[in-house]
Amino acid sequence: MNNGNGRRLNGETEEDDDDEGSEGDLDAWERTYADERSWESLQEDESGLLRPVDNTTLYHAQYRRRIRSLSSQATTARIQKGLIRYLYIVVDLSRAAAEMDYRPSRMAVVAKHVEAFIREFFDQNPLSQLGLVTIKDGIAHCLTDLGGSPESHVKALMGKLECSGESSLQNALDLVHGYLNQIPSYGHREVLILYSALSTCDPGDILETIQKCKKSKMRCSVIGISAEIFICKHLCQETGGSYSVAMDESHFKELILEHAPPPPAIAEFAIANLIKMGFPQRAAESSIAICSCHKEAKVGGGYTCPRCKARVCELPTECRICGLTLISSPHLARSYHHLFPIVPFDEVSPSVLNDPHNRLPRSCFGCQQSFPNPGNKPSLRVACPKCKQHFCLDCDIYIHESLHNCPGCESFRHSKSPIATEE
Amino acid sequence: MPSAPTKLYADDVSLLVVLLDTNPFFWSTSSLPFSKFLSHVLSFLNSILLLNQINQIVVIATGCNSCDYIYDSSLSTNPGIENGKLPALCSELLKKLEDFVTRDEQLNKQHSLPPTTTSSSLLSGSLSMALCYIQRVFRSGPLRPHPRILCVQGSSDGPEQYVAIMNSIFSAQRSMVPIDSCYIGSNNSAFLQQASYITGGVYQKPQQLDGLFQYLSTVFATDLHSRAFLQLPKSVGVDFRASCFCHKKTIDMGYICSVCLSIFCKHHKKCSTCGSVFGQAQSDVASASNLKRKTPET
Ligand SMILES: [Zn+2]
Ligand SMILES: [Zn+2]
Ligand SMILES: [Zn+2]
Ligand SMILES: [Zn+2]
Ligand SMILES: [Zn+2]
Ligand SMILES: [Zn+2]
Repeated sequence: MNNGNGRRLNGETEEDDDDEGSEGDLDAWERTYADERSWESLQEDESGLLRPVDNTTLYHAQYRRRIRSLSSQATTARIQKGLIRYLYIVVDLSRAAAEMDYRPSRMAVVAKHVEAFIREFFDQNPLSQLGLVTIKDGIAHCLTDLGGSPESHVKALMGKLECSGESSLQNALDLVHGYLNQIPSYGHREVLILYSALSTCDPGDILETIQKCKKSKMRCSVIGISAEIFICKHLCQETGGSYSVAMDESHFKELILEHAPPPPAIAEFAIANLIKMGFPQRAAESSIAICSCHKEAKVGGGYTCPRCKARVCELPTECRICGLTLISSPHLARSYHHLFPIVPFDEVSPSVLNDPHNRLPRSCFGCQQSFPNPGNKPSLRVACPKCKQHFCLDCDIYIHESLHNCPGCESFRHSKSPIATEE
Repeated sequence: MPSAPTKLYADDVSLLVVLLDTNPFFWSTSSLPFSKFLSHVLSFLNSILLLNQINQIVVIATGCNSCDYIYDSSLSTNPGIENGKLPALCSELLKKLEDFVTRDEQLNKQHSLPPTTTSSSLLSGSLSMALCYIQRVFRSGPLRPHPRILCVQGSSDGPEQYVAIMNSIFSAQRSMVPIDSCYIGSNNSAFLQQASYITGGVYQKPQQLDGLFQYLSTVFATDLHSRAFLQLPKSVGVDFRASCFCHKKTIDMGYICSVCLSIFCKHHKKCSTCGSVFGQAQSDVASASNLKRKTPET
């Protein structure tokens, strides 16, 4: 066992090259240990005993870094975001996608995270649309048209998971360009390419295609699965997108989810416009009406178009009778937290904590969890700069990543004025 | 309460977070006196604890200037009703509630606000606190009660809380925490209707306030597991209308800024939220969407 383990560790840097060689030497039971790297989740404490790594402060440090980079981006007083997005995801299904450096294969890992991404995308971008394109045998296929339903995209992708042939960046860009050129001018045109191959096999001059995309204001981003390629980098630089290369599965997941929140709006990319919309009311559960979409009599549910009073079954949609865009107001409200973000909380410095004259709250304002006694350990509490309430690290993450409200600020009227609420 | 044996955490163990509206502006106008209301609610809370000995209750007061935790059955030293006449729940809760109401009123005097602005209570605050508490319960491991939130609300909606309340609703939906609402005010509450509809909770507006306990115990005492077998009140429609950002008016048709999705009741030249300057409206949009719809055929 010593033998096998040692080799594995030494060979780690050039894993790709001698993958087969080292795998062959290991027995199956050894391989599970080698692949999972279970030793990384252990650390030695003062007395030399093995302990699981204490993750809470680690996670929190990671989260603080993330949130700081976000808040530094939003330095301008008014936040403009491209909230109406038309995004094509291009999935490379060339031969390279069958490689097994990701388990079980690049293709399967990509599909798994694309599914999660699609759901997250619609959660965060309620009025946006998304389409799927695949590259196989040097040709780009349109898998799904632009649409707003996550289920149909996921189903189409999972049904078409096989790969072969070369990859062609130019064909994919040409196809997507054809579709995106037709969308309304207020929409943000975006392409996200998940590229496994290390080459592109093109019918013409790809640089011309890139210029064409640039002219049409398509923002192209690429996530590489294998290694950095010049042409991808060039594409992203020219069109204002981002280029990144995933190191492993968790990194890939992180990279793809970075594309879910709306990007900052770039004035010349989309023309601002006012769109007329209707907010239908939901009918009582016992009402009976004939819907205009399926032309069937239905009991309960359903929404009534405020302009022509026609019944529709689902929102958002376009009224079949009068053409008004119908949407429910909660649908819009899903994205309002992007407009009114809450400020990052400040860490409470140990000097404040150890000062006996300060009467600090003994428990988290959010969840009532009591704080541990402050020793010389890193501070386990943060404070909202506005309402000065203290929160535990778990609440800090929950508040900023899911809730998007500060419970302290929300539960005191006029908390914007600097009145200390503790006295 | 000490940690319960594993097998007792069955499907029907509940954690009920109750948000009590203590807004004096509402209670001074209500037909049901606050003391009567409290006796209904206290009997209801006791009955929840009696339904299952490891059920848990947390009560948060929603005031008009502040919100605070006023009772947590897991912290209570002598749970249940064994100590003589007045159950521990009542005495502890009533004392904390009294403190809260006086403090809340003092805040009101401190700020010396015009009374018109405080007719709503801070539901967004108590909802946010309840969700933080529930996340803590989620973190405590796989053996835990099933949480739900019950808003007993009487004050009318505060339009300025719209974004914060919607944020809370979506967060509750993501963590699959239903928000039940028992609305005892005069009109329906659009916020609570949406909250219950989106999170899969029950919205009920009792017709007879004298029978409040009966409404509470028949509709809102049911645990999440048993709800599947019951015919709970169906929604009588949900008000999905939006309020415009310019006048806070409720509208059923309006204009939306394509950059930030702000809602306006009439055409403006410039967006007041994000500062975008608008080009020509409507005609351009209509032709573009027609174009888009044609593409599949060509
Ligand atoms: Zn229909
Ligand atoms: Zn219509
Ligand atoms: Zn907390
Ligand atoms: Zn705050
Ligand atoms: Zn208006
Ligand atoms: Zn705007």
